[in-house]
Amino acid sequence: MALNIVVCVKNTPSTLAVPVDAATGLPKTAGLVFAINPLDEYAVEEAVRIKERTPGATVTALALGPESDHVVLREAISRGCDAGVLLCGPELQGGDSFAVSRALAAAVKKLSGQKPVSLVLFGKNTNDDNSGAVGGQVAAWLDWPAVLSVKKIESLNESAAVLWRMMEDGVDKVKVRLPAAVGTVKEINEPRMPSLKGKLAAKKASITTWTAADLALNADCVGVQGARVKLARSAAPPPRPAGARIAGATPAQTAEKLVAALIEKKLL
Amino acid sequence: MSRQKVLVVALPQRGTVSPAAWELLCAGRTLADVLKQPLVAYLPGGSAEAAQELVERGADRVLWSGHACLKEFNDELQAQAVLAAAAAEPPSWVLLPASIAGRSLACRVAVKLGAGLAMDVSELDPASGTVKRSHYSGNLQATMEFKSAVRVVTVQAMAFPQSARQAGRAGEVAELAFRPAPAGTEFLAFQPEAAGELDLGGAERIVSGGRGVGGPDGFQAIRDLAHAMGAAVAASRAAVDSGWIPYRHQVGLTGRTVRPKLYVACGISGQIQHLAGMSAAGSIVAINTDPECPMMQQATISVLGDMFELIPLIVAEIKKRKGAAVPA
Repeated sequence: MALNIVVCVKNTPSTLAVPVDAATGLPKTAGLVFAINPLDEYAVEEAVRIKERTPGATVTALALGPESDHVVLREAISRGCDAGVLLCGPELQGGDSFAVSRALAAAVKKLSGQKPVSLVLFGKNTNDDNSGAVGGQVAAWLDWPAVLSVKKIESLNESAAVLWRMMEDGVDKVKVRLPAAVGTVKEINEPRMPSLKGKLAAKKASITTWTAADLALNADCVGVQGARVKLARSAAPPPRPAGARIAGATPAQTAEKLVAALIEKKLL
Repeated sequence: MSRQKVLVVALPQRGTVSPAAWELLCAGRTLADVLKQPLVAYLPGGSAEAAQELVERGADRVLWSGHACLKEFNDELQAQAVLAAAAAEPPSWVLLPASIAGRSLACRVAVKLGAGLAMDVSELDPASGTVKRSHYSGNLQATMEFKSAVRVVTVQAMAFPQSARQAGRAGEVAELAFRPAPAGTEFLAFQPEAAGELDLGGAERIVSGGRGVGGPDGFQAIRDLAHAMGAAVAASRAAVDSGWIPYRHQVGLTGRTVRPKLYVACGISGQIQHLAGMSAAGSIVAINTDPECPMMQQATISVLGDMFELIPLIVAEIKKRKGAAVPA
């Protein structure tokens, strides 16, 4: 049995300076430059590395977004993925992690019907929403195990994987039965740049598109209607109060003044 | 509605309930008081003694399960346990720590409860039922509304004060029997970080180094200052990508988000990606040779100078003023 891997990617704004629309109070992303979410590059790279060392393995990139997001799947293909599936259609847009993960899980299930999927890989989080919830929630919808924050895949075969999970206080080594969802962290690898051959493959690739109906999901359980949370408004965080500069006549005096100021503020 | 509870999941780490749980109890108390609902804490993988402390820290009722399989973090088993607690004490809100384990657990719990999920929440408004969290890498602050009856949130470390312990405070403690169903994940081993290293997430003080540190040896000065201040050691992406210090120390967009009381940025210019991870710090001290860099502009206290010249002097001054190292 061949190892089939799915890697989820998202097309997100490349800039971090996203303006707020004065009329709606919501972030205004129209007109910004979009690209593959930077943390998804690590998940793509890991999927491709597994494929390269596993004969017969395949990697399918999966995204949810507007029709124009086929570009993010082509980007994944240029980095070594074999195929791309885009979930699109008006009813799928505007969802929260609950609704998006439900659609992605349904797509993984549909792909598994064609050829069983062993592993779904995710980046740590997206640079737009920053939640990092979709991977864990896809696993929950599928009733699969999930291991997030993975910094190393120690071993992997068709039925199980041994993973290193980065925790706050060290590393957990866990064994997970497949199929499973795995969330990666940046430390897991060093993503490669797209190759010329990859770019050509990406250009020629035909991207499969599925709507909610193709996933057998009613419109009210995906997108805006299926969401459980709603972004009410967004605003720039309050500016930090103006600071003070500390300078002494000598470095020793500067150090003295700094420590005195920190003790006075009860920070030391 | 009156039968609903505010449920705090006091997730232990390596068998110990961390101060993050005291912060959750503080956050949960404001909700419980406004909603006039009991504050219930659930302790998966704990003891009656640890449960009693949660009562003394403000929980009206504490459920605990002592099953050995809950000792180490297992996403599926812990979710089963939390769902059992939620069935016993139907929640309006479920509060979890925004730790690696808490965030993983929240994903599964939210789907199984059909609940909305908000990650890394820094503010809760009990009256409107909304929460605040940052998105677009800290450049924007989002106000989220829930469309579900149950609200699941992970609460950022250090966003709420720790609830104080009141010895002898009364509350109910009950054991919740937990019968685990099979899980697909098996815990094999734990490899701890170097002894005595403070974790960034719960650190009140952090000393951080960037490109200006110049190399791996330069981090010795950062560690010296951190030791003198009782602080955790952090780094910018530039320092991590150069291989001067491991990734787990990285603060910023692709690393950790921290909100210490004091963040000392040494040789960090303050790119937007780094500021994303630390701009919620109470006070920022910047030590830099470039007076115009963003970190110096953001800082509560900016110190113009060479960190290698200043740090030994600062360490000596702290020792003079405070005696030995400040306890963590």
